[in-house]
Amino acid sequence: MATKVIMPKLSPTMEEGQISRWLKKEGDKVSMGEPLAEIDTDKATMEMQALANGVLRKILINEGQSAPLGQLIAIIAEPNEDIASLMAEAPAAAPAKQEQPKQEQEKPAEQPAPQPQVRAAAASAAPAPRAVDNGQPRTDSGRMIVSPLAARMAAEAGIDLRSLQGSGPSGRIIKRDIEAAISQPKAEPSFPRVVQAGQIPQIGASAYRDEPASEIRKTIAKRLVTSLGPVPHFFLTTEIEMDRAAEMRRGINALDPDLKISINDVIIKVAAAALVQHPEVNASFQEKFVRYYERADIGVAVAIEDGLITPVVRAADQKSLSQIAAEVRELAERARSRRLKPEEYTGATFSISNLGMFGIDEFTAVINPPEGAILAVGAMSAKPVVRDNELVIRQMMRVTMSCDHRVIDGATGAKFLQTFKKILENPLYLVV
Amino acid sequence: MATLTIRDALNQALREELARDDSVFLMGEEVAEYDGAYKVTRGLLHDFGPKRVIDTPITELGFAGLGVGAAMAGLRPVVEFMTFNFSILATDQIINSAAKMLYMSGGQFKIPIVFRGPGGSAFQVSSQHSQALESWYAYFPGLKVVMPSTAADAKGLLKSAIRDDDPVVFIEQERMYGNKGEVPDDPDFTIPLGVADVKREGKDVTIVARSLMVPLALKAADQLEQQGVSCEVIDPRTIRPLDINTIVESVKKTNRVVIAEESHPICGVGAEISAEIMEHAFDYLDAPVKRVSGADVPMPYAKNLENLAIPDVERIVAAVREVAYID
Repeated sequence: MATKVIMPKLSPTMEEGQISRWLKKEGDKVSMGEPLAEIDTDKATMEMQALANGVLRKILINEGQSAPLGQLIAIIAEPNEDIASLMAEAPAAAPAKQEQPKQEQEKPAEQPAPQPQVRAAAASAAPAPRAVDNGQPRTDSGRMIVSPLAARMAAEAGIDLRSLQGSGPSGRIIKRDIEAAISQPKAEPSFPRVVQAGQIPQIGASAYRDEPASEIRKTIAKRLVTSLGPVPHFFLTTEIEMDRAAEMRRGINALDPDLKISINDVIIKVAAAALVQHPEVNASFQEKFVRYYERADIGVAVAIEDGLITPVVRAADQKSLSQIAAEVRELAERARSRRLKPEEYTGATFSISNLGMFGIDEFTAVINPPEGAILAVGAMSAKPVVRDNELVIRQMMRVTMSCDHRVIDGATGAKFLQTFKKILENPLYLVV
Repeated sequence: MATLTIRDALNQALREELARDDSVFLMGEEVAEYDGAYKVTRGLLHDFGPKRVIDTPITELGFAGLGVGAAMAGLRPVVEFMTFNFSILATDQIINSAAKMLYMSGGQFKIPIVFRGPGGSAFQVSSQHSQALESWYAYFPGLKVVMPSTAADAKGLLKSAIRDDDPVVFIEQERMYGNKGEVPDDPDFTIPLGVADVKREGKDVTIVARSLMVPLALKAADQLEQQGVSCEVIDPRTIRPLDINTIVESVKKTNRVVIAEESHPICGVGAEISAEIMEHAFDYLDAPVKRVSGADVPMPYAKNLENLAIPDVERIVAAVREVAYID
C-alpha cells in the first residue's frame, strides 16, 4: 500500500520545513519508525520518521528545498506498486532546485529526465485518490491519536506530540514513542560546505555563493522586522562602576569554584531585581492594553551557529545567583545543540544581550516583541574615572537599554536604569 | 499447611464455622443425607445433626425466604444452591428481601446470610446450567459478592462471609472443586472481604481475572514470560465491594490491562472494572482496556462450541500481546 510522506508540523510556530538531509535514498527499504530525513524547522533540526514499511520510491523535495506543512515530499510504496496517481498529487510547482530554471507545467515533455511528478500530473486524468490510511498520527480531520499515558508523558517531558510519529495501531502515539523521543537527542544540524578560496575568480565582481536561508535565519528575519520598524525604539545608555559586582562574583566563586558565576549572571539577577521594583518596565504593549508581568522572566541572548536564540530564565527575581548561573549554563548548552523546547525560548518579559565577551564597548539591541525592552551589555574594562575629585581606576561597563516607547517613557526607563545601576554598583542591595 | 481441594477447603470452613458458632446452620437441596451434590457438605450432617444441616425440597424461593427469616431472627444461615442457575428462582428473596432489609427496616434487621454454590460453566450442561451470574448480584447495593479461585481463598473468604453481618453471595466454580492448593491450618484463618490479591507480580500488563479465569491467566502469564512480556495477575476475589485501588495501582505501573472473565461481556463485571480503570487511571493508560469474555451467546451444548464460548489461555495471550502492541 503506497503511503504519502508529507511535511510534518515539528514545532508550534512551524509553517514550512526545509529538508536538511535525506537519510534514505530512492530505492532504499524503509520500515516504520526509521529515520527518513532531517528537517530544518524555524527553531531546530528534527528527525522525521517513516510512517510505513516499504521502499522509498520517490523523493519530491530535495535537500535544501522547503515545503509548506502537509505538502507531499516523498512516497513510500511496495517495490513494484504503481504510484503514478499519488505522484499526481505532488504540488504542481514544487520548489525548484536552485540551479534549475522555473519549471513550466504546460511543457512536461521538455523537462529533464527525472521529473516524473510533472509528467504524472499530465497523464492522470482521473481524480487522484485520497490519502491512504498509512498509520499517520493525524487523521483526515487533523486529530492526533495519542494514548492518555503518552499524552501525559509528553506534557511532562515538554515534548511536542506533533513532532512524533506513533508506532501503535492507526499511528497511535504510545508510551514507547515518548520514551524513544526522550532518549533520542535531536540530530545535529548539517551546514553547507563553504566554497574553497582557490575557486574565487580574481578579477571582476566578487564571486559569491547563494545558500538557501535556513529556517532559523528566516525566522530571525521575519521576527526582527516586526521590531525595529513597527516598534518605536529609543535608547538609554549609562556607565556603571563594576568593581564591587566583580569583587562579589570573585568572592562567591572563591567559596565554591563549582558555582562558576559569571558577570552576566550577576547582571541577570540585578536586572530582575530592578524590574520587580519597576513593574512599568516589565511590561508589554498589546495593542488594546498594556500587560504588566508579575515575574521577571529574563531572555538571555545566546549566539548559536547560524543565528541566535534567547532561552528564558523564569522568575529570575526569585532565584539565587547560583540557580541562575546553573540554569543559564544548561540552557545555553542545549541552545547550542538545538535541543531547547519551544516553551524554553518564548515568553520572556525582558531580555539581555551581552557582547562584552567580544570586546564591544557599547551597542544597541533590537527589542524582541512583544517584550517592552532589551538591555545591551558591553565589555567591562578598567578606565580612569574621577571620584572625590581624584583620578582613580575603576572597572567600567556601559549598558544601553532599548525601550518600546509605546509602554516605556524616557523617565520611566531612566528610573529603571538608575535602580539597575545602583544595585549593580552596590550589590549588597540584593540581600537587603 | 495442608494441601486441599477447593471442595475440602470449603467443607473445612463450614465445619469450623458450625463448630465455632451455634447460630450457623446449613440448608439446601441434598446438603444433608447426600452430603451435597458436589460433596461440599460431606460429613456435616453426621457431625452436627439434622437441626444444623437441613435438606430442603426443590423450592429455591421458599428456602431462600426461610433463610432470610432465620437471619432476621438472629441465626446465620448458609443457603446452598445446587447451582447458581437455580438461584434465579430465588432472586426475589435475595434481591428484594436480603439485600434491602437492613435499609428498609431503618437498620433494625441485619441479614447475616450466605448464599453459596457453584456458578459459571461446568462440563456440557448447556445453556440453562452454565451461567455466570455475578454481575446480576453485584449490581445491587446491600449484597456482597465473593468469587474465590484457590483453596485457601475459598476457605478464608467463606469463613469471613459467614461471620459477615450482611448477605453474601458466594459463587464457587464447578470445574474448580477438584483444584488443589495449600490451606493454612489455623482455625481462625480468614481473608477479609473486599481485598484483591496479586496472584503474580509483573510490570508490562495487568490481567484482572476472577474465579475460573485466574488459573488460565496465570498459565497465560507463564507463556507470555517466555515471550518477554511480564504480566501482573490480580484476582479481585470480592466483586462487591470491589478493591479497585489494587487494580488501579497495578495499572499505574503497567499502563495496560486485560480483563478475563467467564461471563458475557455486555453489562458484565469486566465492563464495570474497565469503567473504573478509565475513571481512576485514565492518564496512565497506554492502550484501551481489553476484555476477554465469554461468548455473547447462550452456552452451547456441543463440546467444541462450548470450548469456543469460554475464554482460554490462547485468547488471553493474544489480548495481552495486543495491548502490549506486540502484534
